[in-house]
Amino acid sequence: MALTGLVLAGFVLGHMTGNLLMFKGPEAINAYAAWLHANKGLLWGARIVLIISTFAHIWVGIQLALENRAARDGGPAADATRRATIASRTMPYSGVIILGFAIFHLLHFTFKAVALGDVSFGDDVYKMIIVGFSCKPVAYFYIISMLLLCLHLSHGVSSVFQTLGLRNERWRSRLDVLALAYAWIIALGFISIPLAVLTGCLK
Amino acid sequence: MVQDNGKEPTLALKLRVWRQRRGQPGAFEEHSLAAVPTSASFLEMMDMLNEQLIKAGKDTFAFDHDCREGICGMCSMTINGMPHGPIPGVTTCQLHMRNFRDGETITVEPWRARAFPVLKDLAVDRSGFDKVIQSGGFITVRTGSAPEANNIPVPKPIADEAMDAAECIGCGACVASCKNGSAMLFVGAKINHLNILPQGQAERDRRTLSMVKTMDEAGFGNCTNYGECQAHCPKSITLDVIAKLNRDYLRARVKEFFSSTGKPSKGGD
Repeated sequence: MALTGLVLAGFVLGHMTGNLLMFKGPEAINAYAAWLHANKGLLWGARIVLIISTFAHIWVGIQLALENRAARDGGPAADATRRATIASRTMPYSGVIILGFAIFHLLHFTFKAVALGDVSFGDDVYKMIIVGFSCKPVAYFYIISMLLLCLHLSHGVSSVFQTLGLRNERWRSRLDVLALAYAWIIALGFISIPLAVLTGCLK
Repeated sequence: MVQDNGKEPTLALKLRVWRQRRGQPGAFEEHSLAAVPTSASFLEMMDMLNEQLIKAGKDTFAFDHDCREGICGMCSMTINGMPHGPIPGVTTCQLHMRNFRDGETITVEPWRARAFPVLKDLAVDRSGFDKVIQSGGFITVRTGSAPEANNIPVPKPIADEAMDAAECIGCGACVASCKNGSAMLFVGAKINHLNILPQGQAERDRRTLSMVKTMDEAGFGNCTNYGECQAHCPKSITLDVIAKLNRDYLRARVKEFFSSTGKPSKGGD
C-alpha cells in the first residue's frame, strides 16, 4: 500500500506541475506534450510503472478492506470514534471514486474515446483541454474527484511514514500537516485548470 | 443524582447488557439498577447487578476481572462503544460510576473482534494474544542462580522506552477499539519491549517475524493508521510502537532475504 501509494502520489505531483503549463500558453503545453510523446522510453517506462503500481495498489487495498472487515466481526452495537479521521475511515470509498475518475479521464483525454462535442484536435492538447472542460458536468466531476484525491492523500501520505517506520509522536503532527499541505497543493493545482476554463480565464 | 441525607450520591441506571452463550447468537438484555454509589467502580456496579439477578433467581452475567487495581489486563467490556469506557487511560476496574449520569442508559458489550470469540456474555477468549506471546515474547537466559544485575549495561533512555512499551497489560482494548480488529499496538508494544533491550537481541529478527506471522494467523486485522488503539489504550501506549514494529519487520525481512546459506551457489565456481 505504502510503496505503490508513494509511486502514485509522486506521479500526481509530476502530472499536476505539467498541467500548470496551461497557464503559460498553448505553445508551452503542446511542446511539453510533444516532448513526452517523443521520448518513448520515458513515456512507456513511466506508464508501465504506473500500471503495475495502480493494479498492486487496488489489489492490496481490496485484500486489506476484506480482511479488516472480517477481523472486525461487525464491531460494537454502540460504536464510538475517538480519533480516526474522516479521511482514514473513507479510504476505500474515496479510492473507488478516484479509480472511476481515472478510467473516465483516460478514456476522455488519452484514448479520446469519449466524444463530448466537436472533436478534431490532432496534437493540440491545449484546445483539447479547453473544449473538454467547457462541458460543465465533466469539469464538476473533475473538481469533485480532485477534492476526494485531496482527502485520500491527506491520510495516505502521512500513513506512508508510519508504514515505513519513519514516524514518532514528536513528528506525527508535523508529518500530518506536511501530508495535508501536499494533498491541498496537488488538488488545488489540478482544480485551477477546470476552474480557469469555467470562469473564462483560459480560452 | 440523589443526595441521600448527607451520604454519598447514588445513581439509578438503565443497563443494556450483552447476553450470549458460546457458539450461539447473542442479544442485549435490559435491566434497571438503583442506588449505585458514585464511588463504586464499574465492576462493582456489575457485581450489584449480578446480586440483583441472583436474588431474582436469574442467570448472572459472566465478565472477566482479576486484580481490580488496573494492572492485570483481565477486565474488558465495551462501555457505550468504548473499550474500558469513556475515560482515557484507565481500565474498566478503575472506571468509577461518578463518570455517569443519573438515569443514564449504559450499553455494555464484550470485546468485538473475530480473533476474540465470546465465551459467555461479556467474557471473550483472548488466547490469540497468548499465541503471539508464545511465538516470540521471550528471551533466552541461563536459568538458575540470579544473574548480576549490572553485568549488562542498559542506557537509561533505552530502559525508559522499554518500560513504556512493557506497560502493556495485554487487555485487548487496542483490538476492540480498532475498526480493523488489528492487534498491531499489542504486538508493537511486546516487540519494542524486548527488541530494544540488549537481552532481547539474540532473538530479535526471529521474534519480529514469528510474532507478526502468528498475529496474522490468529485472525487479527491490519493497521490502517486510524489511531483508535492509542486513544483507547488504558496504558496510553502510542503509535510509536507500531512505527517501530514496521521498521523492525522490514529490517528482519530484508536480512532474511539476503541471509547467507554458508555455502557457494551451485551455478558459481
